[in-house]
Amino acid sequence: MNWLLLAWRNLGAKKLSTALSLVLLAFGVGMVSVLMLAERQLTATFERNIADIDLVLGAKGSPLQLILANVYHVDAPTGNIKLADAQRVMRHPYIASAIPLAYGDNHEGYRIVGTTPAYPKHYAAALAEGRAWAAPYEVVLGADVAAATGLGLGDTFYSAHGLQDATDVHKDKAFTVVGVYGKSRTVVDQLILCNLESVWGVHGLEDAPREVTAVLLKKRNPLAVLTIPNLIRDTNMQVALPAIEVNRLTMNFGLGMRTLRALAALIVALSFASIFISVYDSLLARRYELALLRTLGASPRGVYGSLLLEGGLLSTGGALLGLAVGRLGMAALATFVADKFHYDLGTLAVLPGELALVGGAIGVGLLAAAIPGISVLRMDISKTLSDG
Amino acid sequence: MIAVRDLSFRYSPETPLLQFPDFDCPPGDRLLVLGQSGSGKTTPLHLMSGLLRPESGRIEVAGTVLNGLNGKALDRFRGRSIGIVFQRPHFVASLTVLENLLLPAFLAGERPDRARARGMLEDLGVGAKANRRPRDLSVGEQQRVGIARALVHRPSVVLADEPTSALDDRSTDAVVALLERSAEEAGATLVVVTHDARLTARYPRRLDLCAQ
Repeated sequence: MNWLLLAWRNLGAKKLSTALSLVLLAFGVGMVSVLMLAERQLTATFERNIADIDLVLGAKGSPLQLILANVYHVDAPTGNIKLADAQRVMRHPYIASAIPLAYGDNHEGYRIVGTTPAYPKHYAAALAEGRAWAAPYEVVLGADVAAATGLGLGDTFYSAHGLQDATDVHKDKAFTVVGVYGKSRTVVDQLILCNLESVWGVHGLEDAPREVTAVLLKKRNPLAVLTIPNLIRDTNMQVALPAIEVNRLTMNFGLGMRTLRALAALIVALSFASIFISVYDSLLARRYELALLRTLGASPRGVYGSLLLEGGLLSTGGALLGLAVGRLGMAALATFVADKFHYDLGTLAVLPGELALVGGAIGVGLLAAAIPGISVLRMDISKTLSDG
Repeated sequence: MIAVRDLSFRYSPETPLLQFPDFDCPPGDRLLVLGQSGSGKTTPLHLMSGLLRPESGRIEVAGTVLNGLNGKALDRFRGRSIGIVFQRPHFVASLTVLENLLLPAFLAGERPDRARARGMLEDLGVGAKANRRPRDLSVGEQQRVGIARALVHRPSVVLADEPTSALDDRSTDAVVALLERSAEEAGATLVVVTHDARLTARYPRRLDLCAQ
């Protein structure tokens, strides 16, 4: 016999109200936890992929689209630019390094990107097996592509036109897998890489002016940000700054996040009310029981503590359940997002912010029990017993 | 042992002062406190158990003068030394019958004696109900469990508040006999507060609150 058992039994004796409090708190905490995880994952993924790219050169259009398409590979490209025009920028003294990207086609929805060896190197993608591409039509698969398509060394496949569908397959030239990258947790995981000539070849452009989709630039001189746009004013090209565009994007995200956060706060407030009512109810229904405990020798503090314990148990259970709910939600979201964008939202480890969240939720439960519980500290046992 | 001197009490400054005659009850003996319904019979019982503070006078129970104890010490003393049988038995509804019997020792800060609790339930004929909830028991069974709870932690004094008011003649005899036997076995002083005239014959030592 101890206070914990007593609190446990009392919660068990009012299953409906206990379940309601648990569910409300679990959902409130779960929502906040999903928001925290999602925000954290998105920010981390975005930042990992920006990785030292100062400028992106591409065809005119929406700068955000240019960034999304060529840094994150989630949107359609803005169009192509002539390699000769691009090279004027790439060779500019303010530019430290440049990585050209040529969007080819897709294979089972995974984008085939023609580029230089500098691209996988930039993302620190190391070969898990095989070798780097050396000739046209040799490709190296990102880790997720290899896992999803089942392609391995020596396998061949035809590319499908465009970035998504498989309706128009280029049957004339087959790609051969010569290597597979290990998991880098960057966009490379979701790409099929080859040299630029492969992409040009598929489209029968060997003799036409050579085009690329974008060039990822690293500046040598901060003035590049001001000089380059001037340099290309009269062309069909533009440069966009990933940092600024991503900032704009996350600000738009932020609005949605704030709304969800307010909703989560509301649910937590409801669960506060639910625990409050639950403890208050117990107090009214069990006044005589509490007086009885006092008569049997319990101090007012002991009885008060037992009520706090009830609130604490309830909220601890709800908060831990909430973490589990958050992880389930996040796992569902990750599957959805990865399906849709070939994106990986990664691990489900407990964040420091979530520990604070759990602490806060337990605090809410204790407070919800502490307020109505105060009346037991001043309880007139004799009168309660006589009334009972 | 109980010794009460010059005891008076009032519920609030507006209500009249209640005065009680001096009385004693030696260890292991029994005392019947008689009074009409509504005459405040419960008041002296609550005074003796330290649930109420007297206006004046001196209450000594089991060698301890209650007036001198602070709240916490009083709670502890009550838990250890006094067992109370209530008019209508109340229990912690969410605990089993056996667990309810373990409560007094736990709340008094002592080690609950599970074997003794079980033994008492057996003796009182409710051993089979040990793991049931109190509300599953009949009123008679509840009354017996109430007696067991008052005595399970071997208090020096047992105070019974109208233990027979809800019972018919036959049950009254049975319950009172049980109460007396249990108190005797535990070596406890028994004080029964009642208006039930059926009990007067059994108690040579009586305190009649109506007589004053």
